[in-house]
Amino acid sequence: MSAVPDRVHMRLDVNGEDMPVSFAPYKTLLEVLREDLGLTGTKHGCELGECGACAVLIDGQPVLACLELAVQCEGRAIQTIEGLANGTELHPLQAAFADLGGSQCGYCTSGMVMTAKALLDKEPAPSRARIKEALSGNLCRCTGYQQIWESVEQAARTLREAKP
Amino acid sequence: MNAPEKPLQKTRFDTIGKPRRRVDGRAKAIGQQLFADDLVLPRMLHAKLLRSPHPHAIVESVDVSRARAHRGVHLVLTGAEFPVPYGIMPVSQDEHPLARERVRHVGDPVAAVIAVDEQTANEALQLIDVKYRPLPTIASPEEGLAHPETRIHDYGEQGNIHRNQSYEFGDVEEGLAQSDHVFEDLFFYEGNTHLPMEQQASLASVEGDGKLLLSSSTQNPHYLHRQLARVLQMPAAHIRVIATANGGGFGGKCDPGNHEFVVSKAALMLGRPVKICLTREEVFYQHRGRHPVLMKFRTGVTKDGRLTAMHLQTLLDGGAYGSHGPASTFYTGVLTPVTYELPRFKFEACRVFTNKPACGPKRGHGTPQPRFGQEVQLDKIAERLGLDPAEMRLKMVTQPDSLTASWLRIGSNGLAECIRKVVEMSGWKDRRRKLGPGRGLGIACSTYMCGAGVSIYWNKMPHSAVQLLLDRSGQVTVYCGATELGQGSDDVLAALTAEALGIDPGNVRCVTGDTGITPIDLGSYSSRVTIMMGNAALQAAGRVRELLASAAAEALDTLPDRVAFSQDRVFAAEDSTKTMSFIEAVALAEAKFGTLAAVGSYAPPKPPGKYKGAGVGPSPAYSFSACVVETEVDPHTGWVTVPKIWIAHDIGRALNPVLARGQVIGGVYMGLGEALMEEQAFRRLPPKLSSALVHRNPSMLDYKSLTSLDMPDVEVALIEDPDPNCPYGAKEVGQGPLLPVMPALANAIYDAVGVRIDEVPITPDKVLRALEKKAKGESPRVGPETFPAVPYPQPTFVLPPWEGGDGNELKGREGRKAA
Repeated sequence: MSAVPDRVHMRLDVNGEDMPVSFAPYKTLLEVLREDLGLTGTKHGCELGECGACAVLIDGQPVLACLELAVQCEGRAIQTIEGLANGTELHPLQAAFADLGGSQCGYCTSGMVMTAKALLDKEPAPSRARIKEALSGNLCRCTGYQQIWESVEQAARTLREAKP
Repeated sequence: MNAPEKPLQKTRFDTIGKPRRRVDGRAKAIGQQLFADDLVLPRMLHAKLLRSPHPHAIVESVDVSRARAHRGVHLVLTGAEFPVPYGIMPVSQDEHPLARERVRHVGDPVAAVIAVDEQTANEALQLIDVKYRPLPTIASPEEGLAHPETRIHDYGEQGNIHRNQSYEFGDVEEGLAQSDHVFEDLFFYEGNTHLPMEQQASLASVEGDGKLLLSSSTQNPHYLHRQLARVLQMPAAHIRVIATANGGGFGGKCDPGNHEFVVSKAALMLGRPVKICLTREEVFYQHRGRHPVLMKFRTGVTKDGRLTAMHLQTLLDGGAYGSHGPASTFYTGVLTPVTYELPRFKFEACRVFTNKPACGPKRGHGTPQPRFGQEVQLDKIAERLGLDPAEMRLKMVTQPDSLTASWLRIGSNGLAECIRKVVEMSGWKDRRRKLGPGRGLGIACSTYMCGAGVSIYWNKMPHSAVQLLLDRSGQVTVYCGATELGQGSDDVLAALTAEALGIDPGNVRCVTGDTGITPIDLGSYSSRVTIMMGNAALQAAGRVRELLASAAAEALDTLPDRVAFSQDRVFAAEDSTKTMSFIEAVALAEAKFGTLAAVGSYAPPKPPGKYKGAGVGPSPAYSFSACVVETEVDPHTGWVTVPKIWIAHDIGRALNPVLARGQVIGGVYMGLGEALMEEQAFRRLPPKLSSALVHRNPSMLDYKSLTSLDMPDVEVALIEDPDPNCPYGAKEVGQGPLLPVMPALANAIYDAVGVRIDEVPITPDKVLRALEKKAKGESPRVGPETFPAVPYPQPTFVLPPWEGGDGNELKGREGRKAA
């Protein structure tokens, strides 16, 4: 076995940006985002698809980046936490997580926020039960989830008010 | 007109008590907060550890020649490179970064590969040949006591007993004999682990000046710094430890980790940066989590339900290393007398080594286990005596400014208010026993320390120190060794500094957790940071404020002690039209005094107990909590549902209510997980598969924790009874609110279906077994049946304050009889 495996070269669409990148073909999307594209905002808690910390959006769907091979992502629209804010202006989900205690240590936050975004994109006024269900694959050890639910509800209100 | 409030005794606040975005909230929400594994340096290499597949074995040889020759490998390390042992406690220096002669649990690291990338390092691990000679294994404290000939360590009290101790405060047998009733109950609390979302990661490098820099996910950079100097045999001044923002800790990142020494040594040998990130499975082997504890309570009460005496025995499963064990052993007893008046108390505790990952401190450190037993036993007592369990507790809460039988000084005490509050919020009086079949309410209480009164290593120096630097731009930079785990310590530091100087917390820059830059803080453990760092910060801010007031007073035509600071302005208290901006005041003071800086530091008050061992348990203040849990139990499956939890926490003062509430709910969440499902459990493989003692569930899927769907709504009341020892009265909130949840749940299950589960976690199979026993007319209880004969030592005997004691030990039987 070769110690430095062959690399593949491709273009990935990340946060609307066309990003050329070379990487070893066994790498997951998580690894390529973090190690080859410098997008460390996406976190990892298990690298086995168990914790939800690495959730990103692919074509609008929440996906665990640790379970997705990067070579399968060519031509698909990848959204990460880095692409959510508008310049220095936070997305309403980010503002709500920061203001309402939705984020404590912050390690699960990126995955939570991206998963919540997928929910709010489809359902602008989700019930508490729907929010709980949508986030049930994202573990958080700090908050006890309640301030996360409240953050998502607040963000949903803000987004609805912005688009009457 | 009144003089302005003294900065340290303010009661009207600009910042304190107002819900605010935490100072690091933005970075976290946008994914910009850097954690240890996010760090990258040029020429960085990657490390991986080879871990033992045997629970107990002699390492006969380690052949690394093939691994060294593997392409892309830069270095292979073994135990030979690490002759010096370490351990967080001075009395338990029993670990090596890589095993030298022996491995003591599955997952004990034996060798390390440093290579160009993780993939290459993993390949090379497979090329290391280790010859092991398996030894008999110890799976439990009972086995450890029964087989002293199979010694896991060659130090300790005897055989496999690591720590063994006994304390008696007043004649407990006499107290029990004079009681109207004596209740004897056994409880077991299974071990569980922290499961921080962030896996431990560390990056070591040699800086341009030739000194070592280790950036690591650690809760205790100071203790790690000391241990690195010891193991690497380098001057501590040549080592810098940066505690990166932790993705949760909960106690799991308090001990120095094998990996931290390995990457440090490798970086020093190679002159290149070396990073490691543990896999999730490895995090389960690093562990240092909740000790499994078997407990026996013999508790005397009067017929109206007041405590008379208690004899508590605990037996701790320590795992393979000392870790914080000496402290953990004490903590299975020392806080027991803090919640209710207890005239006499005897406490015996024994920690036994076993061939499992080492146990250590997890949120509540050693105290959730006995609190569970004590609070469930109280529920049984109330039931037997026909008393309301809330009323019974309320009648015997400890008093403010009192001493316990064991000579702990309690300051402010909001426990009674906490009980009244949860009774009111939960509708306890109207709803209890009226919810219908299968539904119930349970109550429990608890207390926790606001920082340990004594440091982990003996010294007379401050526990926390803060340096404050101001310049003419108006920038206020505050330096402190305190460590951000997510609990909000940076926000506390900014808020207290801002409040004392009358500025916006957003104008304070925090530099924390860096032994190369910041003054000492002992670490984020024992709920000590708000109190100790906070007091140090207020002292520093008070000193700098005097300089500012002195300079501003001349310009404002007033006296320095009549200068007030608020909302980024400085003004004369008697005439607020005489005013200037904070920045102007800084410039005046800088002109008058030169560069503006001040330091502050804090050490806890001397504890009143003088006996040997009196150093564990004292704290500047104690927080209190009371909790009511509602349950629904399915009689057919034993499945327990928790629709709602009410909790009141005596926090002294909530500095930022958003964070305080978050800590309370987070504590309730973790407690409920421990109560219902979390367990770090082990099983033996069959003999044909080596009989190894292996972790049953070292993954986030199999190690059950509550998801968003499992978590009930929590209603929180913050009880604010400011404590004079604490900054603006603020007590801890990080650990206390976890503690009452487990017993409140157990008591609620009894209330719902009349069965006692005297064992945590309370899983459906146990509930179902108890229901079946109840249906057959047997004792409706599941829990431990026996307590082994533990060779506890003769107790240290101390008279309680109310029996004429002076806090010293009475020597010998004669002294005791004379008493």
